[in-house]
Amino acid sequence: MSIHLHEYAGDAPPVALSTLRKGDAAIVLGIQDGHEDLGDEVRSTLAQRLLELGFIPGEPVEVIGTIWPGQDPMAVRLGRSMFALRSREASAVTVAVTNGKRLK
Amino acid sequence: MTVAAAELRLALLGVPNSGKTALFNRLTGGHQKVANYAGVTVERKEGRFTGPRTGRGYRVLDLPGAYSLTPTSLDEAIARDAVLGRLAGEPPPDIVICVVDATNLRLNLRLVLELGRLGIPVVVALNMSDVVRARGYRLDARALQAEIGLPVVETVAVAAHGAQALIDHLDAREPPSPRGPASFRDPTPEQIVDTQREARRILNRIAYHEPVRQRALQRLDAIVMHPVLGLFLLAGLLFAIFQAVFSWAALPMDAIDAAVSWFGGWLHGALPSGPLRSLLVDGIIAGAGSVMVFLPQILILFLFILALEESGYLPRAAYLLDRVMGSVGLSGRAFIPLLSSFACAVPGIMATRTIPNLRDRMATIMIAPLMTCSARLPVYALLIGAFIPARQVGAFNLQGLVLFSLYIAGVLAALLVAIVLKRTVLKASHHPLLLELPEYHWPSARNIVIGLWERARIFLRRVGTIILTMMVVLWFLGSYPAAPAGSTMPAIYHSFAGMIGRALEVVLAPIGFNWQISIALVPGLAAREVAVGALGTVYSLSATDETAAATLTPMIAGSWSLATALSLLAWYVFAPQCLATLVVVKRETGGWRHPLAMAGYLFGLAYLGAFATYRIALALGA
Repeated sequence: MSIHLHEYAGDAPPVALSTLRKGDAAIVLGIQDGHEDLGDEVRSTLAQRLLELGFIPGEPVEVIGTIWPGQDPMAVRLGRSMFALRSREASAVTVAVTNGKRLK
Repeated sequence: MTVAAAELRLALLGVPNSGKTALFNRLTGGHQKVANYAGVTVERKEGRFTGPRTGRGYRVLDLPGAYSLTPTSLDEAIARDAVLGRLAGEPPPDIVICVVDATNLRLNLRLVLELGRLGIPVVVALNMSDVVRARGYRLDARALQAEIGLPVVETVAVAAHGAQALIDHLDAREPPSPRGPASFRDPTPEQIVDTQREARRILNRIAYHEPVRQRALQRLDAIVMHPVLGLFLLAGLLFAIFQAVFSWAALPMDAIDAAVSWFGGWLHGALPSGPLRSLLVDGIIAGAGSVMVFLPQILILFLFILALEESGYLPRAAYLLDRVMGSVGLSGRAFIPLLSSFACAVPGIMATRTIPNLRDRMATIMIAPLMTCSARLPVYALLIGAFIPARQVGAFNLQGLVLFSLYIAGVLAALLVAIVLKRTVLKASHHPLLLELPEYHWPSARNIVIGLWERARIFLRRVGTIILTMMVVLWFLGSYPAAPAGSTMPAIYHSFAGMIGRALEVVLAPIGFNWQISIALVPGLAAREVAVGALGTVYSLSATDETAAATLTPMIAGSWSLATALSLLAWYVFAPQCLATLVVVKRETGGWRHPLAMAGYLFGLAYLGAFATYRIALALGA
């Protein structure tokens, strides 16, 4: 499953959230490849949970911090929330970097 | 006074960190009952209160935190089933109170909309509405109520009367008619996105506005979550906590000890000599005392853990440590249970319920007993005091260094065991961290007191009953059959415990244990520290713990070799000499497989560790 509904019309190419650096700001484009099950009550998948937490297309995110080396895990701000994501989860989120650019 | 109306059943549902439990505490005060849901190890918390106007009784269920009705953990599945009325033996709640963090509606509103579609009575409690006003949010509760079509009330769970609006609303309501289980279908990803968009449209329409996060908090996070500074801060914090646990607990522990021995002594004098006196004084009172004496340390540790949890720091510590824990296959979430295990493995193992992945949780449970719990300290203190000279080594005391290295040995062993487990029997593909790092809050004294009270009750009930039972059994084993007339050996030598101990000596001799140690290890199975008192009994000393330790020190220093003492220390790093832990593991894992495997591998490690220590020490001439 992949949710790809991007409304963002900037020129930044789609990249995985996991490739961003501390301080980077971006717009969520969609969730890719989140088939894997979470936990033992395997009704939900990673993609579903990410969407439920608010990683939906069009939402601005910001990388608050990363743990060295390898930026794993990273702390991501999403609205008023902050989440710690391992590199594997962050790579399921496709984003476009917006650093410094104002979005309309 | 007559009972006004039938009780109403309420269920509190909310995403983690919404202040749900604080609101539960506000509503019910200390009137809470903690148990488990039937057949599972999820904690069931229920409380009661009475409506001031109608006199109607309310039963409130504090459900586990859940982001969604589509569960990713056992906790979330239970929360969903309780709301829907699918749990065996739990009637559907009359009203579901959805507790919402008003400072983070973007995260919370989707769950509210999901609940609203179930067609069951729902009240939305806009919690932390004081923070909303103080920090410059714009949130129109009336407009929100009109938009979502559910009653909305404002609450401040941490303030006196902070739940008044909710109580007034409930009291003014006609009791809803009873209902059967509700139905719910998990939404597709597209439907989740639709609901999220609807939530955002609603927030736009009611002109919800969140202020920019305070600079001070951003700066705080820059330090707390810094990959290097953050770890230093964490290490300093842990050091301070352990200092406090051991120094603050000393006084109350001595007081409990003194009170128990006084009471035992008084009873000893008041009762005629015989088996009843022996059972009461040596079995029950000594057993109860051996449990209660750890309560101060456990409560002080939990005081810090609860305060750090409420403040929002603990998830950040889990974030910092996830990498390290991940390298041995554990989740950063394992940090909190393992930290608790330094006081006592029992609450630590119960705290693993917050780990959603079953294999991660099992691995954490299996290594929790390797954390040096406070019950090992009396044994360590006795042996170190008797055998290790109090010499200065550089800036450190040699005794302190040995104690510290025993702690480190436990942690290193735990890491190695975790690596082995996660590479073999508990092998799992990648599983996410997905941990919310909530906003900082000042911890509320009231919530901490209620939390501590709850911990104390659980500890005394679960551990107390197990240890008490075992103490009585072991008292019997240690007292019967009585010594034959004219024997020069201590009475315990002739008892069942003595027989078992002497049989064990055959196995334990290669690791340097004499028959006295072997016998003391039998009652020491119930709880580690009991071995100190048992050694006192074996060496025919007065059995009161306090004096035993003092008189034992020269006694064992004179009769054991250093190699034997070091070997016993190594044994205690590993040996699962705590039936309470094994019984709790059985409860938490739902069978005897895990506790037996745990006992097996820990005894195996203990034997190997003690053997290696003994042989190396002998070879070095100790």
